[in-house]
Amino acid sequence: MSELIRRYGSSLTWIIILFTAFWLLVLVLIPNFVLFEFSFKPYLPVDQLGGPKDFYSLNNYWTFFNSPIHIRIFFQTVLYSSAVTLLCLIMSYPLAYFLAKVVDPKTAPSIFLLLIIPLWVSEILRSFAWFIILAYNGPLNAMLQGIGLEPVRWISGFNAVIIGLIYSYLLFMLLPIYNAISSLDTNQIEASEDLGASLWRTHWRVVIPHSKPGIASGCVMVFMLCAGSVIVPSTLASPSSRWFTEIIQQWMFEGLDWNTGAAYAFLLLTLCIIFVSLVMRLLNVRLVDIAK
Amino acid sequence: MSEDVTLSNISMDFGKFRAVDKVDITIKAGEFFSFLGPSGCGKTTILRLISGFMDPTEGKVLIGGKDMTGTRPNERPTALIFQNLALFPLMPIWENIAFGLEVRGVDKVARRAKAEELLKLVDLHESADKKVSQLSGGQKQRVAIARALAVEPKVMLLDEPLSALDLKLRQHMRAELRAIQKRTGVTFIYITHDQGEALAMSDRVGVMSQGVLQQVATPNEIYNNPSNGFVASFVGENNIFDGKIKSIKDGEASYETSLGNFAAKIGPGVNKDTPVRLYVRPEHCTLTKSAAKSGNSIPVEVTESAFEGNFINVFLKDKAGHTHMAQVQNDPSAPPPQRSAKVQMNFDADHGVLLAHAKTRS
Amino acid sequence: MNSHRFGHYAIRTYVVLFIAFMLLPLIVMGGAAFNDTRFPSIYPWFGFTTHWFQELWADGRMWGAARNTVFVAIAVVALSVPIGTAGAILLNSLQARSRSIIYGIMVAPILTPGAVIGISTLLFWYKFNVPAGLHLSVLGQVSYIAAYVMLLVLARLQSFDAGLEEAALDLGASHAQVMRRILLPHLYPAIFAGALIGFFQSAENFNVTLFTRGNSDTLTVYVGSKIRSGITPTINALAFLLIAATVIGVIIYEIRRRRADAAMKLAEE
Ligand SMILES: Nc1ncnc2c1ncn2[C@@H]1O[C@H](COP(=O)(O)OP(=O)(O)OP(=O)(O)O)[C@@H](O)[C@H]1O
Ligand SMILES: [Mg+2]
Repeated sequence: MSELIRRYGSSLTWIIILFTAFWLLVLVLIPNFVLFEFSFKPYLPVDQLGGPKDFYSLNNYWTFFNSPIHIRIFFQTVLYSSAVTLLCLIMSYPLAYFLAKVVDPKTAPSIFLLLIIPLWVSEILRSFAWFIILAYNGPLNAMLQGIGLEPVRWISGFNAVIIGLIYSYLLFMLLPIYNAISSLDTNQIEASEDLGASLWRTHWRVVIPHSKPGIASGCVMVFMLCAGSVIVPSTLASPSSRWFTEIIQQWMFEGLDWNTGAAYAFLLLTLCIIFVSLVMRLLNVRLVDIAK
Repeated sequence: MSEDVTLSNISMDFGKFRAVDKVDITIKAGEFFSFLGPSGCGKTTILRLISGFMDPTEGKVLIGGKDMTGTRPNERPTALIFQNLALFPLMPIWENIAFGLEVRGVDKVARRAKAEELLKLVDLHESADKKVSQLSGGQKQRVAIARALAVEPKVMLLDEPLSALDLKLRQHMRAELRAIQKRTGVTFIYITHDQGEALAMSDRVGVMSQGVLQQVATPNEIYNNPSNGFVASFVGENNIFDGKIKSIKDGEASYETSLGNFAAKIGPGVNKDTPVRLYVRPEHCTLTKSAAKSGNSIPVEVTESAFEGNFINVFLKDKAGHTHMAQVQNDPSAPPPQRSAKVQMNFDADHGVLLAHAKTRS
Repeated sequence: MNSHRFGHYAIRTYVVLFIAFMLLPLIVMGGAAFNDTRFPSIYPWFGFTTHWFQELWADGRMWGAARNTVFVAIAVVALSVPIGTAGAILLNSLQARSRSIIYGIMVAPILTPGAVIGISTLLFWYKFNVPAGLHLSVLGQVSYIAAYVMLLVLARLQSFDAGLEEAALDLGASHAQVMRRILLPHLYPAIFAGALIGFFQSAENFNVTLFTRGNSDTLTVYVGSKIRSGITPTINALAFLLIAATVIGVIIYEIRRRRADAAMKLAEE
């Protein structure tokens, strides 16, 4: 604070503090607090607000815990989000390593440029692309039939959702891991190999520990994006595969019960907070390492 | 054109640590003044106090007789040349130099003209549109000086500006800096830990140790009449003897050491009970085969001699095992004593001086 | 030796497959825009048509949504850039403990699902009787896009020498001049990158917008509702245009990068 005034004078310091305060208080902290508060209030018509029925309770959360369907959907969301996170990690790591350490540093940017093209095309179009590909009469099945296989009903169960989620969020895993591995001194890898370590050992003992912050960052982002995804499930889900965000939408838009919606949104937020802390604990990294 | 600077009994505390302790001095207008001292003794802190980046915990800074308390750096008539120069990397050279004018609202044509003029002054005519990164160390140095001069400061503050340069360039820049100072007449306050630099360039030198100003005098005076042991040993080489004063008569003392009694001058402020050491410069020591009849003489053994060109440093060991050095002229007709030769080291009472220890923080 | 060679080919094949996995869906989607059938697909092929582009062109709702998207994105950039920059400068001057707390609050929105941001923004302003609409979408998006700007600017600040600020002050610059002439020019690359990322993040945002938009459309919401109610290949036409624009952008970028590389090499020699 005094440091800021010394460097930029008091009027600029006030502007800086005002901007930051607006952001953190008005856009981040208080809205989340309001969400929290709303989730304990009952849903009432306008004329009954402030009336005798308007008191805090856990009723909105009971709605969730008394609904086996909602609980099941919640855990399915957790399960499949975790699975997608793991698959993304397995798919990204070799490529990240290859791009960071094996390929000629001059061509790596070109490969990246190719890979990043889908990121510029919005998420909704990306899932729509898979909707076309995976259609029962679509090109993928046509190809399978072409090589003499049976067509598969892709858009059933969670198949299509998983594929869509992987496709949508894979790069959020690849980029942080790539960045982390890039910062590893190549000499360390060579030293390890020079000391006789096998390929697996070099990765297990040198490269992976070094890229832990990137891995943590990728896992947290991908999990959060999956669990909170609205588009992919609504485009690619079948009637038997529902996502937790769809329940939230139901409360908000169809039930118009914003209070229960807030409670469900708060559950989703809690899930993400738990996941972040779990990853931080498990991989022993700090928040500063994750968000870069 | 230039102003005097008075540090009126200033102290600076960082928490419990006192980096500058009761420094009290007036630097005259148009003077080239150096603060000389080892790393960490508080030199940079003094400059930052003068330029206004910090305010002293105690005491006042006056420039041209005006109290500067509460005056911010951009309002003081000083220009600081930073230890790392701090040139603006995103601006071409001429914009760097004209920056001080730009922020004062001078129009572009006049700025450019002034920049060109200053570039000539520092011998960099062709470089106006170059980038900072395209210049060599010495050129950057000169741009920094030109940038500081552009705002026509009354006082220039230079924080070890030559430390990043190689030896050759450093020596060249010494002369250059001195010439620029004479040409502009601006008061220069120069900071260095290099005694050669301070002695060669300055009108006066202030020697510092641990935040305390030890002596302020001309280079000649500092070297020949150091006021205490710290100054004597920080500036130039010395043979040092431990002992105590036995008696004082007519400004000359009899000094008792484990090697015998020596006659020596007494330094400033020394009386019979002051704890002192005896300091003798190597160039004032002579070597002879046998003891001289008068003066001080110590039997020693030659351990090493180093040929330096016009003189030879002869390293000696006394019977207590302490090492000394004598500097003798290179005279091809009289070769220096060989290793392990037993000789006498002699010095006049006039050239040995008894000095008190350094002043310390109160 | 042999196993080494095998590994070599295996990883190369993998890279090619990976790239194909990322790009083929876009080709399929773009290709379907030219197929003369009501249901978007590239197989079976019913013949080439540009009919779907004409239909897209004539779709007034799409134009409205596109305009809204651009307005929202511009507003988001206009707010996030100063806010994120201020946040980074503030953070940079803080000491260890308060620094990590504020940092945590600042990056939290990045790790929060868009639906939660959308709903909390909606409810917060509802308390003050501000109705839903694109203005709320802007505020909701700013809450996390400002964090991206903050991270970029913060990284850039690490390479800034604070001594330059002092040098400028010493030369007589005012604090505002120091900011404008010394600090901001150093931060511009990060600020531009932040503005660019912010613009595209905003344009492709769906979740926050969905809950805060009221009755207004943005392009993503428009496409979303189209997918729910009556899919036609006009969506593919739109996708094709977006992909084409991206690819052209990528090609231009790549050419300029190669030129810059070549120029660097020349300069080195
Ligand atoms: N901002 C500060 N906070 C705490 N201590 C400081 C600060 N600035 C300087 N010091 C301390 O004050 C003492 C003097 O520092 P100063 O920078 O003046 O030394 P110096 O004589 O310029 O040394 P050098 O030749 O290495 O540049 C040092 O011990 C330093 O650690
Ligand atoms: Mg210093």
